[in-house]
Amino acid sequence: MKFPLSWLKDHLETDADAQTIAAKLTAIGLEVETVEDAGVRVKDFVVAYVISADKHPNADRLHLCSVDAGGKEPVQVVCGAPNARAGIKVVFAKPGTVIPVSGEALKVGTIRGVESRGMMCSGRELLISDDHDGIIELAADAVVGAPAATALGLTDPVIDISITPNRGDCTSVWGVARDLAAAGLGKLKTPKVEKVDGKFPSPKTISLHFNSKSACPLFAGRVIRNVKNGPSPAWAQERLKAIGLRPINALVDVTNLISHDRGRPLHVFDADKLNGNVQARFAQDGEKLLALDGKTYTLDGEMCVIADDTAAQSIAGVMGGEDTGSTETTTNVFVESAWFEPVSVAATGRKLQITSDARYRFERGVDPEFVVPGLELATKLILEWCGGEPSDIVVVGEVPAWKREIAFPAGTVERIGGLKVEKERIVEILNHLGFGVSEAGDALKVVPPSWRSDIDGAADLVEEVVRIYGLEHVPSVPMERPHAIARPVLTSSQKRRRLIRRALASRGFNEAVTYSFIPRAHASLFGGGDDVRQLENPIAAEMDALRPSPLPSLLAAAARNQARGFTDLQLFEIGAAFQSGVPGGQQTIAAGIRVGSGVRSWTKAAHPADAFDVKADVLASLEVAMGSPMMAPIKATAPAWYHPGRSGTLALGPKVLAVFGELHPKIVAAFDLTGPVAAFELILDAIPESKTKKTSFSPSPYQAVERDFAFVVNSSVSADDVVKAAKTAERALIESVAVFDVYEGKGVPEGRKSLAITVRLQPKDKTLTDAEIESVGQKIVASVAKATGGTLRS
Amino acid sequence: MTDISTLESLHLANIAAATDEAALEVVRVATLGKKGTISNLLKSLGAMSPEEKKVNGPAFNGLRDRVQKAIAARKGELEEAALNTRLASECVDITLPVRPEPQGTVHPVSQVFDEVVAIFADLGFSVAEGPDVEFDDYNFTKLNTPPDHPARQMQDTFYMAPQTDGSRHVLRTQTSAVQVRTMLVQKPPIRIISPGRTYRRDSDATHSPMFHQIEGLVVDEVTHLGHLKWTLEEFLKAFFEIDHAELRARPSYFPFTEPSLEWDVRCDRSGGHIKFGTGNDWLEIFGSGMVNPHVLENCGIDSKKFQGYAFGGGIDRLAMLKYGIPDIRSFFESDLRWLKAYGFTAFDIPTLDGGLSR
Repeated sequence: MKFPLSWLKDHLETDADAQTIAAKLTAIGLEVETVEDAGVRVKDFVVAYVISADKHPNADRLHLCSVDAGGKEPVQVVCGAPNARAGIKVVFAKPGTVIPVSGEALKVGTIRGVESRGMMCSGRELLISDDHDGIIELAADAVVGAPAATALGLTDPVIDISITPNRGDCTSVWGVARDLAAAGLGKLKTPKVEKVDGKFPSPKTISLHFNSKSACPLFAGRVIRNVKNGPSPAWAQERLKAIGLRPINALVDVTNLISHDRGRPLHVFDADKLNGNVQARFAQDGEKLLALDGKTYTLDGEMCVIADDTAAQSIAGVMGGEDTGSTETTTNVFVESAWFEPVSVAATGRKLQITSDARYRFERGVDPEFVVPGLELATKLILEWCGGEPSDIVVVGEVPAWKREIAFPAGTVERIGGLKVEKERIVEILNHLGFGVSEAGDALKVVPPSWRSDIDGAADLVEEVVRIYGLEHVPSVPMERPHAIARPVLTSSQKRRRLIRRALASRGFNEAVTYSFIPRAHASLFGGGDDVRQLENPIAAEMDALRPSPLPSLLAAAARNQARGFTDLQLFEIGAAFQSGVPGGQQTIAAGIRVGSGVRSWTKAAHPADAFDVKADVLASLEVAMGSPMMAPIKATAPAWYHPGRSGTLALGPKVLAVFGELHPKIVAAFDLTGPVAAFELILDAIPESKTKKTSFSPSPYQAVERDFAFVVNSSVSADDVVKAAKTAERALIESVAVFDVYEGKGVPEGRKSLAITVRLQPKDKTLTDAEIESVGQKIVASVAKATGGTLRS
Repeated sequence: MTDISTLESLHLANIAAATDEAALEVVRVATLGKKGTISNLLKSLGAMSPEEKKVNGPAFNGLRDRVQKAIAARKGELEEAALNTRLASECVDITLPVRPEPQGTVHPVSQVFDEVVAIFADLGFSVAEGPDVEFDDYNFTKLNTPPDHPARQMQDTFYMAPQTDGSRHVLRTQTSAVQVRTMLVQKPPIRIISPGRTYRRDSDATHSPMFHQIEGLVVDEVTHLGHLKWTLEEFLKAFFEIDHAELRARPSYFPFTEPSLEWDVRCDRSGGHIKFGTGNDWLEIFGSGMVNPHVLENCGIDSKKFQGYAFGGGIDRLAMLKYGIPDIRSFFESDLRWLKAYGFTAFDIPTLDGGLSR
């Protein structure tokens, strides 16, 4: 909300300047957006008199002027303005003055060989208007050498504040002044509203047509006849212009002025254009209305309108109708002052997408006790500006109930606000804000004023007291430490996420954070894209589906990076994957991709991203998360977006912990990626609680032995089966089994492969003899043969 | 009988003349081998009289010992020379690059998240989390945001497609919904921070449709605005690693707090980057307030007995301020250059003892 300082001073007796007032406004919760003080910008400019203006000796379009700027000697100035001439008074900048339009200080210049020691300014150069056709000509009585600000009429700063949704009472200069007065910045001096007696009964009646819930509980109006509409007085026009409103005519300007002055929206109908009487009702579905903004709106049955006997003529509390608005020729008017339900006005305005000063005020709640006074004030101004004769006032409905009593126990301010304020001061602050306060034992009984519908409890009263008393007085009070030395607070799943994040970063992955919503087409490739995961109102068409996995976003990011020339990359993200569109229908997933044919190096061949890279990522992440190696079995299956022959699933029973592998070539192509892509998705919520505790350990003093075996098995036999069979041959002795070679080809029959393992035997109670080692070896061979049909390679 | 000293001179000369281990071995065999000259001398002792032995024994043995020593010493010299030759031949161009090892990074949002957690954990705040898709009830109604409140409108809030019963879930607009979830199941005293993704239909250099919030909630019987102020001051000092932080409170409005306050921190923007604790500028940093009694009651907590504060701010914004990142949208573009420039190493684990940042 905007207002010039002079307007505020109609309501507030104060000596404070604009900056002081602005600081206080922000401090009490009426946040100042800007203080437009054109006077400050032109404070170094002075009034000067042009003694002579001759043609520049070297340029036809330039003038060589002699200027009296209040100094001892006249000043020589070169000026290009067509209106520069002897005898006028101008706005003058001495060298060193900062010119607002450029932000630079003026220098003594030489223009076409002639020195110029100053500048006469246009409106645009001062940023006070768009006029740059010529220099500003000041009134003849402007005092030479005096500050130009006064002569320009720029001594009235305009303050713009943002009003929080709860402070409907401050959508008026009056309300702002009341807050400032309560905060000690002056005395409230708003003039009392005088009653204007009617000269005749109103020829228009008002009726309210609502069945159950009324959108208009109170409606007052009166007719004023024989008015003469025309321009409003200059002071009123200046005010409206200062707050960015265009003066229209006296009748319209009256309503705008009162709306901003008192927060009371009004509407003036041309009474002769109203067909019969006035009523408030809900619109009929489909009823149409041409509004003052020139647009025709189609209304529905939940929108309140003001109608005459035939049709809706105004959208209640939102915007008047074009057909019944006042014009230059209007002679008889009907002035409406009503109280509309805030929720109804807000809904109507929203549906019709109309923002207006009236809606802004009604939806925040206007003072229900100022309906009739507002009408009286409007009458007074109309009579003053347009003449005419008022009817009696017609009032229908009732003032909506607003009186309520709030118990305010002693000590509440200190208990909630943390600062001690004397009871007398509390009462004083509340009184200044218009609250009724009475003592009730130790507590206070507080009745908020009619204009403060936002106050509904003791907490609100605390806010009122502390914001006016001054939040700067709130002390810093240390909180008690729950424990002398802080205890751990993270849950195991939070710790896991942190560990896996840093494990992946240490494995060369760059962590990305991508949007939770992705193109539906991408979601569909990863098992998503159904209706339940669609956003109803996406911010962009390609951000319309909740992602079923972070993978598609990572792949899209990889493609963007490849387009920038980064062909090999590793990206990961830990975040939500959505299985549905309902709360809780999501899992936390660590997803990663390795993209590209490998970075070339002089030391080795480039290594294209493959399934074993991401398998290692998965196992390393799980080991970090669990604190010990993950022993879960791996199956050669994976979701459809993976390469069917080069992917796997790691699961504990039915619980899938991770899927990984090379991506399906179709997916790689869909994202326009170059080179192989391997990916993994680790379902963090599925990782079991880590139970690993360090236990006492005593290393065996006896020599460990390693023996190698090469088995020839069917190609379909998995390495895992061979390893498992070897391990179980003699559990007490076999510490580990590792595959060190896989071979298919010459020397091995077609359809079979050679799988070489190394077995480490660790005796615990004695050194193994050759015979014992031989015996274990035979058991291993037998076990592998039994499980896989494999034979020792000869 | 050959003169011992002549013999010794001859042998020592041969040893010194051996230029490799093979030549030296020839000398050794010729002297100390089974049929070597010295071995033969020693064998000849057996046939001598005791008097002759007394003289020749020590002489022959002395000769043997000296030759043995000389051979060993020469052997050492030759080995050293051979090793030096080998080392010289093994030299590499040590300026060649190492094998490629990609440099991983942690995203600034994660890093700042860890930093914030480290600070609040010290004050006994635990970390509460909730879903991104939220019940309208938890996101708005229980937080005292009535159905007609402007914040609920389509232009601000992302809605999911309607459920079969017509209800619509929202993408949470703040992590306060997590506070609701916490209060519904946990009895006071409560000290939590709730960090996470939040969503609003907004996009420009300072707004992204998805961003990260950190909110704090304390509910007990004593906590008031003074504690809030202290908490935020201490947080800012710890987070920005400065000795002094000056806060300014402005009254504001949020449906879920009463009184509601916004906090500005004193800063200096004159030097091209922002400095805190000094200067004449103020930067809005947190929204906050005392938890509205309606919210407590909505969550089953007796507002006559319990009270507390709530505050919230942007994790991305904190990251932008601390690490000089200009545009919030760049956080989510996954530009490798950006990730590497603003990312952190895996080992930059923020701790209070070692410092939050390097």
